[in-house]
Amino acid sequence: MIDISESVMQFLLALIVVGPLIGAAAALLPAPPGLKGKSPDQAVLRHGVVVTGAVLVAAIVLALGFDHSRPSRMQATTDISWIPALDVRIHLGIDGISLPLLVLTALLTFLCALYSYFKTPAGPSPKAFVALLLVLETGTLATFAVLDLLLFFLAFETVLVPMYFLIARWGGAGRRAAAWKFILYTLLGSVVMLLGLLLVGLNSGTFDMVALATDNGRSLTTSVQVVAVLAIGIGLAVKTPMWPLHSWLPDAHTAAPTVGSVLLAGVLLKMGTYGFVRILLPVAPEGMRTFAPYLAAFAVVGIVYGSLACLSLAKQGAKGDLKRLIAYSSVGHMGFVLLGIATMSPTGVNGALFANIAHGLITGLLFFLVGAVKDRTGTTDLDALSRAAAGTRSVAGATGAPGSAGSTSGTGGTSGTGSTGAAGTGGALYSRAPRLGGLLSFAAVASLGLPGLGGFWGEMLALFGAFRPAEGLSRPAFLVFMAVAAFGTLLTAAYLLVVVRRVCMGPAERESPELADVRTYEFAAWTPLVVLTVVAGLWPRALLGLTDPAVQQLLSGGTR
Amino acid sequence: MSSLVQSVDWLAIAPPTIAAVVGLAVLVADLFLADARKALLGWSSVAGLALSLLALLPLLDGDRATFCRVTGGDACSYAADRFTLVVQLLVLGGALLAALLSVTALKDADRRLPEGEYWFLLLSSAAGAALLPASRDLATLIVALEVASLPAFALVGIRHGDRRSSEAALKFFLSSVTATAVSLLGVSFVYATTGTLYLTEVAGRIGDVDGQLHTLAQTGVVLTLVGFAFKTAAVPFHFWVPDTYVGAPLPIAAYLSVVGKAVGFSGLILVTVVAFPPYAGVWGPALAVLAALTMTAGNVGALRQRATRAHGAVRLLAWSSVGQAGYLLVPIAAAAYTDDAEGAVGSTVAYALMYAAVNLGAFAIAALVARRSPLNRVADYRGLYASHPVTALVLAFFLLCLAGLPPGVVGLFAKVTVFSAAVDAGLGWLSVVMAVNVVIALVYYLRWTALLFRAPEGETRKHRVPAPLTAAIALTAVLGVALSGAPQLILRFSDTGLF
Repeated sequence: MIDISESVMQFLLALIVVGPLIGAAAALLPAPPGLKGKSPDQAVLRHGVVVTGAVLVAAIVLALGFDHSRPSRMQATTDISWIPALDVRIHLGIDGISLPLLVLTALLTFLCALYSYFKTPAGPSPKAFVALLLVLETGTLATFAVLDLLLFFLAFETVLVPMYFLIARWGGAGRRAAAWKFILYTLLGSVVMLLGLLLVGLNSGTFDMVALATDNGRSLTTSVQVVAVLAIGIGLAVKTPMWPLHSWLPDAHTAAPTVGSVLLAGVLLKMGTYGFVRILLPVAPEGMRTFAPYLAAFAVVGIVYGSLACLSLAKQGAKGDLKRLIAYSSVGHMGFVLLGIATMSPTGVNGALFANIAHGLITGLLFFLVGAVKDRTGTTDLDALSRAAAGTRSVAGATGAPGSAGSTSGTGGTSGTGSTGAAGTGGALYSRAPRLGGLLSFAAVASLGLPGLGGFWGEMLALFGAFRPAEGLSRPAFLVFMAVAAFGTLLTAAYLLVVVRRVCMGPAERESPELADVRTYEFAAWTPLVVLTVVAGLWPRALLGLTDPAVQQLLSGGTR
Repeated sequence: MSSLVQSVDWLAIAPPTIAAVVGLAVLVADLFLADARKALLGWSSVAGLALSLLALLPLLDGDRATFCRVTGGDACSYAADRFTLVVQLLVLGGALLAALLSVTALKDADRRLPEGEYWFLLLSSAAGAALLPASRDLATLIVALEVASLPAFALVGIRHGDRRSSEAALKFFLSSVTATAVSLLGVSFVYATTGTLYLTEVAGRIGDVDGQLHTLAQTGVVLTLVGFAFKTAAVPFHFWVPDTYVGAPLPIAAYLSVVGKAVGFSGLILVTVVAFPPYAGVWGPALAVLAALTMTAGNVGALRQRATRAHGAVRLLAWSSVGQAGYLLVPIAAAAYTDDAEGAVGSTVAYALMYAAVNLGAFAIAALVARRSPLNRVADYRGLYASHPVTALVLAFFLLCLAGLPPGVVGLFAKVTVFSAAVDAGLGWLSVVMAVNVVIALVYYLRWTALLFRAPEGETRKHRVPAPLTAAIALTAVLGVALSGAPQLILRFSDTGLF
């Protein structure tokens, strides 16, 4: 859109990747005079906002300088030899596939930093929090910007330790077990992925993604491709997560602090699906063709499974946790993304990439909102929330005691009888905090894929892709998958509407405790997500115009 | 007729020689030095080790060999090629860091340890360890192995009147001597079948021994490996490690964990890749199985350590060093299956360099904590960040390097080279076993790391860190960080020929 010289673009991309890392190191040092702020905590949180803000600005400028007429070409490329012994090169670059993810990551991290500035996360010192957040940002941004397999692995691993500490130190109940589950699952996956990457690299003689994509798997025998796809696919599938490798996700989301959940759902999961598109599709097409039907089958099972799990969590008396519910809904949504990828057709892959971005925006927003609800009511338990308005009628104290109601056993003894008595009530968020309630139902409706909002196009295109999968894939099988997935959208709509009804609607009793409505900083953190969700829904071409040429080229023989 | 007297290239043999001479000098000087000035011994030993490290510099220009046979072939007993220099750098550098730790340890011991003997033994052992990678015949190899080991037994048991120390020394001694004896038997079998002790000549002749002697040669190859496998603490020769490390003075445990391992794996490399390549079919699978068992045993052992056990930190490091030894063996096993054997063993050398730097660093910090809480339980590290933030960050970095996770970039890429050697050799099963082990290892490394940043239990007191310890920690930390920025510095050995 605007003309920026190539060397400036290179610098910007390098800054985006390295900047947060330097910022993290700086966060650990004492603040220099003049920047001390009101307190050390405030200074370091502000430092986080400034660094992530600068990265966001750089990302936006990069997006503006990106040559939108040729999104299939790698732009802002840097290619420096780093470890010749392993043939590792610092090869950075962006195309239409990685640019949206890069901007999304920068945006979400900035919003998280902004949110934390005003609402300091409960836990140990904010200094470490900011440093970890910035290391996390480096890892995620690098994942989307690097074009070398081993560097990709390095970036993939970089996010593990910061995320572990974010969950284990700033999380809620059961955080330690959840953090262990997260890091062990993903590490096991990524080490297996490393074996696959090495297999590809050693057999084809290069670790460069661009060269490998151009080669399009011609220098790899079918058996190598099959093994490589299996190994790399397992690593990526754990991260995505694909059913049945998803079980770390609900625990991690439930225990993670708000900011951690937002980044986990909004960014970290995308690293898995991005790997499928960037590495597996172009590098090992034959191996991918072998596994595509299985991938699609698992994806579809994930869609239905996620929805059913959500439905059962949303039931009255199930003591379903709202964060856990959204985590399961992520499993379902990522199922659509995987289904789109498994079709190996341009339509499906474009849909997958679109759904990726949309899920990042919408689920990020949902986790922010649930975090806000938790701050106000002290619980994310659906039963407790829906009973909240009927304070005097149902179990006393279900809302009043933050923490006790959040755990699954808090009011266990009485809830069974209490919930039947409270049947038909709702949380009445609409009347108690109308703006918050409105936003929550907006996000829920966007998540279920209402046409006109961001969630729609991705799932639509993924289903279209399944209707006509790539040549060589069994069409009848994919038609079945499509039908099942379409049924999954119905289930998705069902549980999200149940959630909206139980949390937002219902009569508010006069005795129910006051709830603060959306605050200014919350508006600031959420508005971009809302606006982008609407824009993505009304003007999908903005995104598809970027991804489509790149996808076409990736599927037909690599990037130039 | 040419002279039968071998000419000696003094420059080539300078590194081990300097260490040995300084050792003797220290022993003699100890007799004449007043008690108040014993500290001089330590510092002159440190200087001697630094000097022998400097003696490596003039050798960089090319391969040298000395103690060559004058008649009949050009086989040499001592070679200063790239492999030798790299391992000597590792061994002498490791000894230097262990010496820095010892300076503080001896001062704290307040003359309960005999200083002269201590330094003499340490330097002799270092000289033997530096000689070993340069040996190119089986006799020199065994002699070097013994020169490196015998002083180590005495060092382990040097704490007079300490029952645990004596018991550890005895355990170490008995099992080591058995292993060496078995090794010697193997060497004699190999000599019987080939009629030579020079490694290169063994390689040439062992391939076509008489059919009747085939079994004897095979047995000889396997038995020879045993002694070196013991030194690397490979399964089933790993039982001595935890007790010995706990019983020994802490700097000696650090020394054994790095230099002892280096002695073992460099001997293994010389024997397998240089002397017995025709028998790759025998030692390849054996080493692969050994590697898998060793890493699993070590990591599971480390995982089972409870945080509250006395001396748990050293015990944990001991078990983890067994696990790491397993990784070190992987590329040597892979060398049997690939054409690029030198590149494969280069991965071992690269990994060992990374491991030496960060493991010595971890031991240095363990020595620091041991000064404050003599029990040195893992639980004592809780809240280290609150009292010593920099130390805690550095230890976290070392542990993550050992685990192979960013920000320990060099640890990650060292693991990648090992994996890549295995995958390249087609040892898929071994790489999967190693992958599982990496995950197991992460549990105990990360558990320890997380403990550093927890809120401290009691009040925290700041302690002054003695200068030698600071130097050791700073040196290893700078090395680790520099290598993380430029892993090529050590990884290049996996790319180019070492011999």
